[in-house]
Order: sequence, then C-alpha cells, then structure tokens
Amino acid sequence: MNMLRDNNWVLSVGTFLPMLGVVVMMLMPKAQDQAVKFVALVTSIATLAVGIFTAMNFDFDQAEKMQFVAETKWISVIKSSYLIGVDGISLPLYLLSMVITLLVVIYSLDHLPNPGKPKAFFSLLLVLQTGMAGTFIAQDLILFFVFFELVLLPMFFLIGVWGGEQRQYASIKFFLYTMFGSALMLVAFLALFFKTGAESFSIPYLIENGGSIAKNVQIWIFAGMFVGFAVKVPMFPFHTWLPDAHTQAPTQGSVILAAVLLKLGTYGFVRIALPILPIAAREWAPYIGGLAVIGIIYGALGCLAQSDMKRLIAFSSVAHMGFVMLGISTLTSFGINAAMFGMVAHGLITGMLFFIAGSVKERYHTLEISKIGGMLTQMPRLGWIFGFCCMASLGLPGLAGFWGEFPAILSTYNPAAGLNVTVYRVFMVIAALGTVLAAAYLLWLYQRIAFGTPKNNSHDEHSAQEELHDVTTHEWLAWSPLLIGILVLGIMPNLLFSVFDPAVQVTLSVFGG
Amino acid sequence: MQNLNVLSAQWVAPTVDYHGLAPELVVAGGLCLVLILDLFIDERKKWLLSIISSFTLLAAMIPIITLALSETSVRSMFGDRYVVDNFSLVMKGVFLLAGYVVVLLSSSHVEEGEYWRGEYWFLLLSSLLGMLMMTSSRDLVSIFVALEFLSIPAYMLAAWRKRDPKSNEAGVKYFMLGVFASAVMLYGMSLLYGVTNSTLLVDIAATTTATGDFAAVQVLAVVFVIVGFAFKVSAVPFHTWAPDTYEGAPAPVTAFLSVASKAAGFVALVVLIYTAFPLAQDIWQPFIWVLSALTMTVGNVLALKQKNIVRMIAYSSISQGGFVLMPLAVAGMAGSGSSALRSVVLYMIIYAATNLGVFGVILAVSRKTRSGEVSSFGGLFSYAPTLGVLMTLFLASLAGIPPLGGWIAKFAAFQSLLQSQSTWGYALAVIGAVNSVIAFGYYGNVMREIWMRPVPDGDTTPIQIPGSLSLALGITSVATLTFGVLPGVALHFADLAEIAGAIIR
Repeated sequence: MNMLRDNNWVLSVGTFLPMLGVVVMMLMPKAQDQAVKFVALVTSIATLAVGIFTAMNFDFDQAEKMQFVAETKWISVIKSSYLIGVDGISLPLYLLSMVITLLVVIYSLDHLPNPGKPKAFFSLLLVLQTGMAGTFIAQDLILFFVFFELVLLPMFFLIGVWGGEQRQYASIKFFLYTMFGSALMLVAFLALFFKTGAESFSIPYLIENGGSIAKNVQIWIFAGMFVGFAVKVPMFPFHTWLPDAHTQAPTQGSVILAAVLLKLGTYGFVRIALPILPIAAREWAPYIGGLAVIGIIYGALGCLAQSDMKRLIAFSSVAHMGFVMLGISTLTSFGINAAMFGMVAHGLITGMLFFIAGSVKERYHTLEISKIGGMLTQMPRLGWIFGFCCMASLGLPGLAGFWGEFPAILSTYNPAAGLNVTVYRVFMVIAALGTVLAAAYLLWLYQRIAFGTPKNNSHDEHSAQEELHDVTTHEWLAWSPLLIGILVLGIMPNLLFSVFDPAVQVTLSVFGG
Repeated sequence: MQNLNVLSAQWVAPTVDYHGLAPELVVAGGLCLVLILDLFIDERKKWLLSIISSFTLLAAMIPIITLALSETSVRSMFGDRYVVDNFSLVMKGVFLLAGYVVVLLSSSHVEEGEYWRGEYWFLLLSSLLGMLMMTSSRDLVSIFVALEFLSIPAYMLAAWRKRDPKSNEAGVKYFMLGVFASAVMLYGMSLLYGVTNSTLLVDIAATTTATGDFAAVQVLAVVFVIVGFAFKVSAVPFHTWAPDTYEGAPAPVTAFLSVASKAAGFVALVVLIYTAFPLAQDIWQPFIWVLSALTMTVGNVLALKQKNIVRMIAYSSISQGGFVLMPLAVAGMAGSGSSALRSVVLYMIIYAATNLGVFGVILAVSRKTRSGEVSSFGGLFSYAPTLGVLMTLFLASLAGIPPLGGWIAKFAAFQSLLQSQSTWGYALAVIGAVNSVIAFGYYGNVMREIWMRPVPDGDTTPIQIPGSLSLALGITSVATLTFGVLPGVALHFADLAEIAGAIIR
C-alpha cells in the first residue's frame, strides 16, 4: 500500500507544464500575437486542470501527511535530491498560484501593458508560475532555494520592462533586496546542513534532526533564514522595496506579487524556519511579533498618508502581512492556522484590489486619489466590486479577510508556552488598533473614490464617456473567481481551516504540543 | 655531494608513455601543421587554418577520453615530474573545449581583420599546449616551463592588432607585469629549492612548514610563489594589468585570457597548494583568505562604475576569481580539502562556459554597433531578442542566480567554506554572499540596457551572426543551462578531479 506515493507524477507535471508552454512560445515565429496568447491561455488552463486533479486526488483525511511524494536523485554529490510533495499547508497555496496565474493570463489577453511584446510577457508569467508552484512543493532545501530564486528574474523584468515611470529603479531595488535576503538564507541553509551532520537537505530529515542543534547556533542560523524570508514577506524594516515595486509594476505584476510572491516568505517561516529550528523560533518569536505589530501600525499609517491608490494598497499589504506574521509568532496552532488563512485571503483580496487599481488607471489615466471621484455614478459595477473588496480587506465578518485577521489577533491572547504573555497581550491591543486604522484608511479611500460627484479632468466630454466603460467581459472572467472565493471562504472558512489544521498540528509537534 | 652523484650517474633515457602524452602531441602536431601550411597556403584559403585548429582541439579530446576510460588511473612520467591524473584530465578537457569555443569565437573576427591569420592560430594553439602541460606538471621546473609556454604566446596575442595603440598597450602591459610576476615567482622557487634541495613538488611537501629550521625563508618562498600566480589569476592587488589588457586586446583574445589563461593560473595554484605546500597551510591560508576577500570586493566595486562593457567584464572576472579562491582559503583545514578542490574545479568549468558565452554575445553585438560601451546594448531585446535573452542568461549565471550554472558554482564554494566550520570560513562566506549581491548591480545594469532602454541610435537592423559564432553561443548557452538545472553533470567531473599524491583531504 503506497497510497501517498501514487500519482507521483502529478506535482512535477503541474509545476513544469508552464515551461512547456514557454518552449512552444519560443519556437513560434514572430508577430503571432494571437497564437502566443492562445498558447499561454491553454497552458495555464491545463496547469490549473492538473492542479485540480491533484486536489481531487488529495486525501483530505490525511492532510497532515506529505502526499504525491516523488523523489529522484538530483545533485547527489552535495546530497540534495529532487524531493517534492504536498500537504495541507502547501496544497492551498499551490492551487492559489495556479488560479492567480490563469486569471492574470485571462486579464492580460486584452490588457497587455506597454510596450506589448506578448511573447516575452507571457513567457515570463509562465516561468514565474513554475517558480511559485515549485517553491510550494519542494521538500528539499536546495530545491526550495532554486525555485525561490527562479521567481526573481521574471519579476525583475515584468516590473522593469512593463512597469510605470520609475520602473527601472523599482525593479533593481526589488531585486537587490530579495537577493540580499536569499544570499544570507543560502548560507543559513548550508550551516544547517553541516550542523545536522551533512547528511541531507531534505526538509523532513532536517525537521527530525534540526532540534538537536545547540541553542546559540540555532539562533544564528535562524537569523540568516529570517532575513531571507522577512525581505520577501516583507516585514518591517525590510519592506521598503514593496511600495516601489507595487506602484511601478504593471497590474499583472502587482497582482502576482501581492497574491503569491509575498506568501513565499511566510510559507518559508511555517515550512522551514519554525519546525527545523524550534528553540531559535521560540527565542525569536517575540521579536517577530514585535516587528509584525510595528508593520501593522506602520503600514496603516503609511496608507493614510498616500495620495496614490496603488501605493495605498501596497502599504495595506505591509499591514496585512503583519497580521500573518503576528499569527505565526504566537507559535500556536490557532495562530498559524490564522496566518495560513490570512495568506490565502490576502492573496485573493489584495490581488483583486490591484486588478481594480489597474482598471481604474486604464480608465482614468491616473491613480491620484484626489483626481478620481464618483465612481459609483460613472461605473456602478466597478464601484460595487471595489466596495466589496475594501470591505473584505478591512476584515468585515462574512468575508475572507475576517478569518485571517480576527483569529490572528485572538491567538495572541494565549501564545505558546514559554512566550511572555504580557508582551503578547500588548501586541494584541496594538494589533486591534491596527484593524481600526485599516477600517479608517480603506473606508476613506472608498469614500474619496466611489462617492461624491465625478471629477471631470478630460477636455473632451465625448471621449471621456467612451473611456469610462463599466467592467468588461475579460475583467468579469478574471475577477469573478476571486470574488466568489472571497465570499465562499468568508462564509465557510472551515473549507480551508480543515485542510490546514492537521498539517499545522504536525508542524507544531516539534514544540512539544 | 648528492647533487654531484646525480650528475655523474649514467644517463638513462626516460620511458615515455605516449598514450599519456597523446593530447599534448596532437596539439603540438596541429600547431606545426598550422605553422607550415601558413607559409604555402594561398591568402584566400587561410580560413582553412581555423578549421585545422578547431579539428586539432577536437582530435586532442579523443586521447583524453581514452585515457579517462583506461585502466591505469594515474600515469606518472619522467620521475614523477609529469603526471596524468584525473585532475589533469578534467582540466585538459576544459582547456581543449574552451579553446575550441575560442576558435569558434575568433574565426569570423580573424577573417574580417586585416592581420596575419596564420600566426593567430599558431599562437593560440601554443598557448593552449602550455596549458595542457601545466595541468600535468608536478615539478617546479616543468611548472615554470609550462607557465612561460602559455604566457609568451598570450602576450603576443594581446598585441595582435598591431596598428591599434590600445592593443599595443595591452600587450606591453601584460608582458611587463607578466615577466615581473615570473621573476618574483622564480625567486620564490629558487628559495624553495635552496631549502628543500629538490624541485619535485612531493619532495618539497615533506619539508615546507611554517615551523622548524627554515621557517622565515619558507614563508617567503611560499608567499612569493603564490604572488606569482596571483598575478596570473589577476587577484587584487596584483590585478592592475587585467582591465587595460582586456580592453585593448582583440575581443576573442580577451575571452581566451579571461577564461583559459586564468584557469591555468588556478590549476598551478591548486597543484602547488595540494602537493607542494600541504603542511604550510598556516602560511597560505591567511594569505589566500585576504586575497580572496580583497579580490571579490575590489573587483566588484570597480566593476560598478565601468562604462565600457569589456572593462566591466574584466573587473567582473577579477571578482569571479575571488570566488574561485574562496574555498582555497580553508582548503588546509581538516575535512574540507577535497570539497575545496571540487568547488574550484567546478567553478572553473562553469565560469568557462558562461564567460565565453558573454564574449560571444559581445562579439556578435559589436559587429553591428561597433562600440564597446555598455549603452550600446540599449534595446537589444527589441531587435535581437535571441541575443538579448542569451546575454541575460549568461549574466544571470555570472551573478549566481538559479537555475543557471553560476549558482551551483557559488553554492559549492560556500559549501566548502562552511564545511570547515571555522570562523574564518563563516566570515568569508558572509563576505562572499554580500559580494554576490553587489555583483548584480552591474550585471543587472546590462540587463536593464538590454530590456528596458531604447536603442541608442535608433538603428534596429537585425544582427547577422556568423555560423561559427552561433555554434559557440549554442554550446555555451546549453552548457550554462544544463549545469544549472542538472548540476550533477558538472559536479560529476569536478568530483572526479583528484590530484594524485595530494596530501590534503
């Protein structure tokens, strides 16, 4: 009976299928824009189909176990192997990356940002998808690192080529920050390898043996990983690349960045840093929690100060990821479940908000909040969708955002044994204040943009009417899965919690219950 | 007295293992053929010479393969002064393949210039022959002969465009500093001989330590010999010749110098460290540590502000040299010797593939732009997407970004540093990690030109790439990608490359 290893091809196919699409596109002659779009669409649909097949064959009763495990020799000289698998923590994120990529491809069919070049654009999107999916299934540190880095270059080019005015600055800033983090992370991985007897890079092996490393060594190794993951999340004070990258990236880039790339960091904490180095995690937890609440408040205050809609949403990401990190820092199953839920919810909601920002920019030719107004009268559908997403983002009960934020705050009331309860209760109060601020900036944003009377900036009345068309078919296609997801997860959060919880319990078992 | 006995002893002709020497003999035969044919062949048929050169190099690969497959794993000749072991076979293979790619890069360049073609191929093959000899030399004298054999043709190659003052400057600068380095090294060697009474590396190994009777002299000797090769591999502060020479020399020659000639320097350094100075690690480890840290940092910082692409690549190659040196700084510590050797060999293999690829793209682009400025790459992607993507891949590999070859090279270097589990190793690893981030500053700058900037003169006629250049680009890009995705391929060879008689493990 080898149930967990049956169908061990599905993950590899799901991960590398996009690369096949890239190869096909590369071989196509020039100026075949429609064909390129078609290939990209078919590839991403097929990828998601494989993903859904994976989910259907996933044994949800054993969500705590790695499933579809495949292992092949890869770099035997350095004892790294191609070891992949999914459990309840990985699967939702793995699927999320596939869904988001498909939706972004659909959206891009008629919203290709300047300067065009569909072949390069879609190729990069698909390479990005391979990197993201691979990161979530890798069960070997070196494999994880390779996939983790694979997303860097495509994103660098997406921002740098198709981005806004300051794109070159933003792209290089994004790259240098992330690369700095991952260089230190790699050194930490290697130190971990040697400290566990230089036997293997496989994550299950390291989880078994990492706990016995001496405390002060663990703390240092954790520090290296912390920098690598915290830059990606991004946590205060490593967040400064994020507003620039988001503001300058094309809509598609922002959506992927917010919805999936940021999760690579938090996922790294949950999958690698905490279970392998439990003692160090306990030492670091209060500091992580502290930085997380600073991020929450800082992000919220940053939002209140923004005059650019996209930049505001970017800062709100800092705040939301703060809640996720706060949940992780409690080291309790309650907190980490909340964090996992927060990741998915943030992916859906903020991804959606960036889609809307892209459409607003396309219609109004500006993202200056002061120049936009009365959206509800001009484009009622877009206005209502925007309202729905703002409500979800501020954590309205009944929508997905609530289940990431509220339990995260609640979990800080009772952090894991050994953590200072007083400190965490202070965090709790500050984080609760953060939700008030979140409501303030989101409602204020919505009020300024959707209410009031339309502001006429155009000299030509007629063309302005033409431009301000309501939601298009492609937009509906790309958006409705996200909107449905936000609503469904908001009403039935247990759909996700039941998948996460067994795996989270296993992850936390290293902390002794 | 002992020496006199040696002199008076009966002369016995050494037994020559012709199979073991076959690669060298093939190249020697090829270069004679090129030299003679050049005298008789018609000017319009001189292109034949490049074909002959490339076939010579490929033909020399055949004995390498048969040697690798043969039962005898170590062939020792001339009283252990010339040894064919796995290390030398792997490095010979690297030199021959790198030489083959350099021939491919050169052929259109040489054909289109108005200079002497026969000499070019002759000099190139001579220099390569010196490199092949270097991999097997296990004696101070044969190392020195091999070094001069590979250097002197290289001086002339650097000055090959003799009507161009910059090329002359390149040649003269390279020659002056090269000779100076040789002199320093020779002085070190003479001290070594004076102390140990032998030129055979294994004999030197037994007595050279930082402690004991001759300590001060030995420190001086070891340091001088290493300084000599530090010039060769352009380690800071002995790098000053490199940027000017690289910029002035013809581009294919620069590719050759920055890859093959540099690798030859590392080969000699590694052989000396592993077979001649294994007990003197207290002398060379701190010295190489400092060299490595300085080399990668200074190389990187200077590369950041370069406007000329070849000059930038020159500084980048200096900094890459620092990464190759990195594992050697802990090679003497228990348990990290073999992994340090492996990572040095691996780094050289991957760096050769990637850097030759970079020069391939530079050559192709300069055919159209006739410029060496970084800005001449502006908008490359919009009119030559293939070249743009290839250059991006090569630069990303140099920067060490997975899944391209460079990452595993850097990874292996970090790995052997951390394997030593010493403070020195950790400190150098952190310096290396920071440097690999800084390096992206200038690699990323070129990528930015390629993808995000407009074409400087608005001229978007496609670039015609000659067949040989496309072949070179094909080989290097496939190698760069394969080494990155399946690092086992390159690591396998690097792992095989053990120096016979090496004492450090």
